[in-house]
Amino acid sequence: MYEHDVIVVGAGGAGLRAAIAAHEEGADVALVSKLHPVRSHTGAAEGGINAALRDGDDWTDHAYDTMKGSDYLGDAPAIETLCETSPEEVIQLEHWGMPFSREDDGRVSQRPFGGLSFPRTTYAGAETGHHLLHTMYEQVVKRGIKVYDEFYVMDLAVTDEADPENRECHGCVAYDIKNGEIVGFRANNGVVLATGGDGQAFDHTTNAVANTGDGPAMAYRAGVPVEDMEFVQFHPTTLPSTGVLISEGVRGEGGILYNAEGERFMFEYGYANNAGELASRDVVSRAELTEVNEGRGVEDEYVYLDMRHLGEERVLDRLENILHLAEDFEGVDGLVEPMPVKPGQHYHMGGIEVNEHGETCVSGLYAAGECACVSVHGSNRLGGNALPELIVFGAQAGYHAAGRDLGEALVETGPSAAIEHEDDLGAPVEPGALGPTDDDVAADGGERAADGGQLATPAETVERTVEQQRQRVERLKGRDGRNHAEIRDKLQKAMTRWVNVFREEEGLKKALEIIRECREEYQHVAVSDPSDTYNTDVIHTIETRNLIDVAETITLGALARDEFRGAHWRAEHQERKDDEWLKHTMVQWSDGSPELYYTDVILEGAEKAYEPKVRSY
Amino acid sequence: MSTQVTEQEQTEDPAEDQSEHQQRRLAEKAERREARDRMRERAETDLEKADTVFDLKVFRYDPDIPEKEKPRFDTFPVPFTKGMTVLDALMYARDHYDSSLTFRHSCRQAVCGSDALFVNGTQHLGCKTQIVDLGDEDDARVPGTVRVEPLPHQEVVKDLVVDMEHFYDQMNAVEPFFDPDDLPAPDEEQRQARENREKIKMSTRCIWCGACMSSCNIAAGDNEYLGPAAINKAYRFAMDEREGEGKKQERLEIIEQEHGVWRCQTQFSCTEVCPKDIPLTEHIQELKREAVKNNLKFW
Repeated sequence: MYEHDVIVVGAGGAGLRAAIAAHEEGADVALVSKLHPVRSHTGAAEGGINAALRDGDDWTDHAYDTMKGSDYLGDAPAIETLCETSPEEVIQLEHWGMPFSREDDGRVSQRPFGGLSFPRTTYAGAETGHHLLHTMYEQVVKRGIKVYDEFYVMDLAVTDEADPENRECHGCVAYDIKNGEIVGFRANNGVVLATGGDGQAFDHTTNAVANTGDGPAMAYRAGVPVEDMEFVQFHPTTLPSTGVLISEGVRGEGGILYNAEGERFMFEYGYANNAGELASRDVVSRAELTEVNEGRGVEDEYVYLDMRHLGEERVLDRLENILHLAEDFEGVDGLVEPMPVKPGQHYHMGGIEVNEHGETCVSGLYAAGECACVSVHGSNRLGGNALPELIVFGAQAGYHAAGRDLGEALVETGPSAAIEHEDDLGAPVEPGALGPTDDDVAADGGERAADGGQLATPAETVERTVEQQRQRVERLKGRDGRNHAEIRDKLQKAMTRWVNVFREEEGLKKALEIIRECREEYQHVAVSDPSDTYNTDVIHTIETRNLIDVAETITLGALARDEFRGAHWRAEHQERKDDEWLKHTMVQWSDGSPELYYTDVILEGAEKAYEPKVRSY
Repeated sequence: MSTQVTEQEQTEDPAEDQSEHQQRRLAEKAERREARDRMRERAETDLEKADTVFDLKVFRYDPDIPEKEKPRFDTFPVPFTKGMTVLDALMYARDHYDSSLTFRHSCRQAVCGSDALFVNGTQHLGCKTQIVDLGDEDDARVPGTVRVEPLPHQEVVKDLVVDMEHFYDQMNAVEPFFDPDDLPAPDEEQRQARENREKIKMSTRCIWCGACMSSCNIAAGDNEYLGPAAINKAYRFAMDEREGEGKKQERLEIIEQEHGVWRCQTQFSCTEVCPKDIPLTEHIQELKREAVKNNLKFW
């Protein structure tokens, strides 16, 4: 068993920042990740980092923009922490050598971004995430922080008290990808989950293949509620065959969207008579899919994004990267032909419920970054707000886990914060575990053994989890059964068909039924590669279980919330219902029988109260 | 094409009733057979529908599995679809024919640097290599066979996965982190001229894929040679005006060592294979000049 003060799971932007913070605080910290740190998907972020750095701007304006963008579902204490801390974190990155784009006077450049009242998005070319990731990894190397790369964390070592708020996390268990060993990691002070997105729950996503929601799924099964899972951002311009993102910059420079009949549909069908192609992401995504659904899509699948009229010179000057992407990933020359695009899953606003210090309701368990929901993005994330979230809340979680006193948190966590329970969801099938499963840990995955864990020592809690996961892998490898890829494929297709940009009650119910079928089929899943060396079949099979849990919580939240807010659109409910829905949706595993409840949104900030207004731009 | 290994015998549980156990085993086997048939069927339907099918010839090796201990090639027929990349083809083969087919991949968009491979005899990133680009140069056509091997000059772990430790060691050997002589106040940024940022821009694009190192003859013959990626990393900091002269001096000493810049024989193979178009050879040459200038200064 390995032992450290703080264990950080995942080594993207949030994980690296958390590790550096814990190290600054004097803790013995280790990063554990299924990828080498520089392979993390933070590296794919293009846009930038919002920070109020200049005269004429103020962090309170950034906070106001963020709250408005969230459609009043963000929590003020979290938003204020983000916006107040972002400037010092950005300067910190600059001091660590990040190659920001520069102004003539040598200072860091900032540009305008959607939904911002001031040009406050700092950036490093169109590869801001790549530079942020590498800069922070360099600092990890400089500090000699221990990295366990290509170790796949399979489960958390959490005690089994009845009330999750009494449970404690003592570490985690990982599969050493190089040799197939299953090893325990004991954390004396805390475990920080920083596992990133879960876009692989969908068929078409800008997320990496590794973004399988491992953190949310593990925390959820350990009893931590997941928050606002129905809020998923779909980006309107992704390449059809791979999901690779084509930046909003193309439309910003004057790119035009056409349907199969050559019509400029954003105007001709009245989706956005003023903003046209530059309407907000959710509006454009819905317009594209409407075109396809009404038979005006190309090959019944996508629309065209045309930038030929901009001329070769302008394209090469400002959008060169886009030409490479279209050529390399779609085989299309953007100067000669229009580029095929369609909406793709891009970012998950929802995630593991945490307070503004990154703490979950389970003592010793933290989460930060996209896997967490703190909540700063509410129902819709603004461009340029994901990267500051990583560094601000990564640092908060790292400091707190290492013992720094950050004062009292204002955001409440855990089931005791419930204001109301959902008793009448009308789900067509029971969600959650499939009932007693004859101690089949292979199918159950993360079930905590009920043998009086509160009496066990922390080391015993970790050991017990190691043993369970060992049995799980032996079982998966020792039997014959189905290949996980088939189940994952079915799940992804169902999510993209029914829980996508458009959501209808019947469709969401249909999705829950299919997710249930996936769960049943997963009971018979098996790993056919018997090798102990670099067995990706084992990893992918376990990931698929995590995706099933995550997909189910997204769909449950989407069915419950019968209103239209931010990225969540319901066919039968076309308005934002502040009287009824100014609240967070929580799903709690509840030892296999998921419960849905609601908590208050905090609109009272330290500086001012935020009054819900119509979100118009 | 069969890559199935013999069925592993499960350890017997003496407590379990034999007939029940056997029945369950038979049911599992039947299910597995059905699932496999369904996978094949899916592939067969795809193959029938496809206008073009090509052979994906993949290097296989696994020290753990008797059948794969001896390296070999497996051939998988893959239905071509527009825009298909080498990585797409590998994923198709894995998900339709053999789930033990092993390769690193994550972002699918040439930023994570996981999938540098040896494709038809050259280093490529699998995700950004279009199948049609591997065909006849004058005529974008799907080649009959695409041959995929692990990166040469690196130890093979399994199938297409190579051991990257040596590459990481070399990267770490050049003190790969920003280390300025002094810093302004915590609320104030350092100034950097646009020209200086432009100068280091290409060098900061490295994604650590290892294609350059694998293509380099010198690195193949001298295991201690820092290699193009690590020297490029040193360049990125040595040329960054924010670091200061003291640190630059130290950096030049590191890259001037016996297994440093002077080993490079300017064959340009690294520059040719770099998926991010970094002018690696030029950067190495420039550091040589800097080192000479620096030495003259102290002479």
